Amino acid sequence: MISIDWFLALSALLFCIGIIGVLIRKNAIVIFMCVELMLNAVNLSLISFSSHYGNIDGQILVFFSLAVAAAEAVVGLAIIIAIFRNNLSVDINKVSLLRW
Amino acid sequence: MITYFFIFLAVLAVASALAMVISKNTVNSALFLVLNMVSLAGLFLLLKAQFLAVIQILVYAGAIMVLFLFVIMLLNVQDEESLFNKFRLKYFVAFLLGVGVFSQILYSLGSFTDTLPTVSSDMAYVGTVEAVGDVLFTEYLLPFELTAILLTAAVVGALIVAQHKVKSGATND
Repeated sequence: MISIDWFLALSALLFCIGIIGVLIRKNAIVIFMCVELMLNAVNLSLISFSSHYGNIDGQILVFFSLAVAAAEAVVGLAIIIAIFRNNLSVDINKVSLLRW
Repeated sequence: MITYFFIFLAVLAVASALAMVISKNTVNSALFLVLNMVSLAGLFLLLKAQFLAVIQILVYAGAIMVLFLFVIMLLNVQDEESLFNKFRLKYFVAFLLGVGVFSQILYSLGSFTDTLPTVSSDMAYVGTVEAVGDVLFTEYLLPFELTAILLTAAVVGALIVAQHKVKSGATND
C-alpha cells in the first residue's frame, strides 16, 4: 500500500499547476478550468486523509465541495456568457468592467 | 500492483494537467481536463472511495465538463495567439509563485511524515454508497439540504444573468 504522502504530494503538484494556469492564461474559460483543477487537487487530499484515518467525514466534505464547484461553474459560465455578449471577447486583459 | 496503478494514474494526471494549461486551443484544454478528472477518479478508487469516484466521473467529467464544452462552442472563442512569446515577466512571476507554494506544501508535508498515526487497517467499508449516505443523511442532513438550496439559487442566478437583455450599443468603457 502506498503511503498517504505520495497522494498528498500529487495533490500539491496538481494544485500548483492550477495556480500557474490561473496566473498565466488569459482566456477566462481556461482560468475557470484551472480553478476546477485546484478544487480537484484539494478533493484528492481530503479523500486521502479520509482513507488514511478510516473516517468518512473527509469524503462528505468532498461531496459538498463538488456541489459548490458545480454551482460555481454554472454561475461563472453564465457570467462569462454575459461578458462575452457585452465585449465579444473572453480575454481577461480586454475586460475592464470593474476599472474606473 | 497498487503502486504501479498509482504511478500510472499520477503521471497521467500531472501530464494532462500540464497539457491543459499549455495547450492553445480551448477545446483541447477542456478535453485534457476530462482526462485529468478520469485519472483522479481512478486515484479515488485506489483510496477506496468508490462512491466519490463514480460521482467524479458523473458530475465532473460528465456534467460540468459538458457545460464547459457547450459554452466554449457557443462562444466560439479563438485560440490565444500569444501564449508564450510576450510578457516574460508575468510567466516568470507565475512560475515562481507556483514553485513557492509547492515547496511550502512539500515542506509542511515533510514535517509530519511518519508522525501520522497508522489507523488504516480495514478500509473496506469506508467509501461505499451505504457508508457515505448513512453519514450524509443523519449527521450532515442540514448541510445537505442547504446544498439543494445553493444549487437552486445557482440555477436561478445563472438564468437571470444569461438572459439579461443587452442594451444596443452598450460598451464597457
